[in-house]
Amino acid sequence: MAQHQVNYTQSGGLPVALTTVDKILNWGRSNSIWALTYGLACCAIEMMASGASRYDFDRFGTIFRASPRQADVMIVAGTLTKKHAEFIRRLYDQMTEPKWVISMGSCANTGGMFNTYATVQGCDRVIPVDLYLPGCAPRPETLQYAVMLLQQKIRRESANKSQKPKRLV
Amino acid sequence: MMRPYTPKDNVQAKAYYTDRFWVAPRVPEEPVPEEGVYAEDLAAVKAKHKVLKAYIQRGQLVIYINPEENLEVLRVLKEERWYEMLSEMSAVDFLAERGGFEVFYQILNLNTAKRIRVKCFVEENQAVESVNPLYRSADWAEREMWDLLGVKVNNHPYPKRLIMPDDWEGHPLRKTYPLEGDEFAQWYEVDKIFGKEARDIIGPENRDPARIDRYDTERFARLGHEVPRGAPAEEAMKAEETPIQYQEEEGVFMIEKLSEERSKVLDRRK
Amino acid sequence: MQQTNRLRPFFENLEFEREDNHMVINFGPQHPSAHGQLRLILELDGEQVVRAVPDIGYLHRGMEKMAENMIYNEFLPTTDRTDYIAATANNYGFAHAVEKLIGLEVPRRAQVIRTMLLELNRIISHLFWLATHALDVGAMSVFLYCFREREFAMDLMEDYCGARLTHSAVRIGGVPLDLPEGWLGALAKFVNELPGNIKDYEDLLTENRIWRMRLEGVGVVPPEMAKSWGCTGIMLRGSGIEYDIRKEEPYELYDELEFDIPVTDTCDSYGRYKLYMEEMRQSVRIIQQLIGMYDDTPPELMAHAPQYISAPKEDIMTQNYSLMQHFVLVTQGMRPPVGEVYVPTESPKGELGFYINSQGEPYPYRLKMRAPSFWHCGILQDLLPGTYIADIVTIIGSTNIVFGEIDR
Repeated sequence: MAQHQVNYTQSGGLPVALTTVDKILNWGRSNSIWALTYGLACCAIEMMASGASRYDFDRFGTIFRASPRQADVMIVAGTLTKKHAEFIRRLYDQMTEPKWVISMGSCANTGGMFNTYATVQGCDRVIPVDLYLPGCAPRPETLQYAVMLLQQKIRRESANKSQKPKRLV
Repeated sequence: MMRPYTPKDNVQAKAYYTDRFWVAPRVPEEPVPEEGVYAEDLAAVKAKHKVLKAYIQRGQLVIYINPEENLEVLRVLKEERWYEMLSEMSAVDFLAERGGFEVFYQILNLNTAKRIRVKCFVEENQAVESVNPLYRSADWAEREMWDLLGVKVNNHPYPKRLIMPDDWEGHPLRKTYPLEGDEFAQWYEVDKIFGKEARDIIGPENRDPARIDRYDTERFARLGHEVPRGAPAEEAMKAEETPIQYQEEEGVFMIEKLSEERSKVLDRRK
Repeated sequence: MQQTNRLRPFFENLEFEREDNHMVINFGPQHPSAHGQLRLILELDGEQVVRAVPDIGYLHRGMEKMAENMIYNEFLPTTDRTDYIAATANNYGFAHAVEKLIGLEVPRRAQVIRTMLLELNRIISHLFWLATHALDVGAMSVFLYCFREREFAMDLMEDYCGARLTHSAVRIGGVPLDLPEGWLGALAKFVNELPGNIKDYEDLLTENRIWRMRLEGVGVVPPEMAKSWGCTGIMLRGSGIEYDIRKEEPYELYDELEFDIPVTDTCDSYGRYKLYMEEMRQSVRIIQQLIGMYDDTPPELMAHAPQYISAPKEDIMTQNYSLMQHFVLVTQGMRPPVGEVYVPTESPKGELGFYINSQGEPYPYRLKMRAPSFWHCGILQDLLPGTYIADIVTIIGSTNIVFGEIDR
């Protein structure tokens, strides 16, 4: 994992006192999380399965949007390779605030079983991640639970979180 | 105290224990039978070019030729003997033992369902002629071979790296290339995106799957009693356990709250 | 402050005011057409593609190099991740190649189970193909219906081996697990309902005007081009060449089973679509025959070759020598004979081949996977010029490429 130089207690890790405006904005944001389709490898199939008939994603208000400008959350599903690292950083920068990242599967968390020359050992070397899902591939229920946890996290935070630095990198 | 010398010509993983008197069996290499499709194919090749070795291994004919003749031998096999498909083409790295690569072409005859492996040995800096005029599939296969192994190919229409990024240095599938990558590989994404200055901020990769940190006791001893990061942990440790919480306790405005009693648990899959 | 990065925005198509007025577009490594990480650099003249350069390698994980550092059994789960849609097909390809290298014979019950799993994976893969192809072309509800079918099939795989997607259900020498109680009944039920559902999808799509207009005449692969580019599987059979490895070079129980090979000579995407539907029906036929064959088989599941394969678990837990042998095989690895072998199998995507060169060590000296999608992606270079942008997505979908295989 990337080494941090940010003190978490000061910058958004703890529940802070929320105003009504914060609560309304957070309620809106958390119940319509639009996900950027970032399926890279096998976890993409599980992500698609979790968006399909049996494990429906739409009941959370989540739709897969292809354009980064329209998406709130980037679900990195699959192995991030060094050739691709530049592009994931570009797409992350193109996403509009507020944005979150879910790292799905072992390959995105830590490089997974691919301890090789061409695999980035964890997508958090290049983008800041909010939620890590273990599994290879994680079941669709895991992804749904992750979305629910992300919803809780969004509701806890202050609404103008873009002011606070989350992580250095 | 000097460290023991480890030879660097093959840095792949090696067996820890080798029996000194172990003689490995070989996959049987049968001689080519007198009659049959393979005999005719071999005769067609021998008529025009020199064949160093030919045998049948696990049902497939293997022909060993000189690398300069590869295009012509494949042309004979394609046009006269109808081996119309190049299934696969690559090379094996024998740089340490013999100073070169063993390039193989795996071709298939669709009418008789027979396969032939045509092999040749090239030195390290010797180039093979591209077989792209005969089989278009060699276009990408040769690019991949150059990219990953460094076998040079002459007269290729688009000799660029295919699988590794364009500015990659080194040929990854060689035996001298470590599995985890040399220094260029390990810092590639950091250098590209953030620049060399960020190497200290981001830190080296963690390649050790069994690494244990002294903070792990603090961080992972609390499974089931989690608290938000940085918050004091005493109340959570006292509780029975913190259950999995799908939604906040008080519920969210207009969103239906999941309740265990009202949900239907299937006892049998439909 | 957030660390600034060095990436500058770049616009590749700002040069469209050149004399020949061609626009260069980047069909980037992330796009919604669900096929993975394909980057196509397209040069367009209006709406028509003049030149297309596929750029791959965005999912290269170094599997061939990993194989040189792992023992044979340890590498098997890695093969799951190549063609991640039908994972058992890759596991089987690798296991079959190693068995051929060693010269092992697999017991009959293991052959029955393996063939059943292979055909089930073929159905899973073709359903996924139909779902994503229809989604790309625009028929989004077919995506949901096919995934519903697929969930039942994945439930079956999960009952058998514990995983939905990355199965590792096949070992070198046989299968590790016997079928659980009631699995055959559930399989029979699934397989009996499937032709009815396939008919539903065909009713939605086959005579649909929009579907036909979008797929007929698009992505025409003449037989010469197919053979020259090394296309196999449905790409080859869609061009009129009748070659299926299950019939021509049979392995497992395929020479005892009765099934047909659908072939068409229209060479376009519509023909291939019909072939996929027909192949699913043939897989159903094969599975129905295999269900009947299961009960007559003796109960061994793994080959008996103590030098290469461990004993069954009951023996390992009770007999001392079996435990010692298993320990050595797991820590050191088995040593196959010195030599090389190339073994092709018919995976749902085409001819999946494994070339293994062994020097007698527990680690393969060189392992090359011949992935069918590699060449099906290369053919895009020659196939796309002359088509419109809207056809690009159809053609990419029709070739059924999966990037885990291409980049390995």
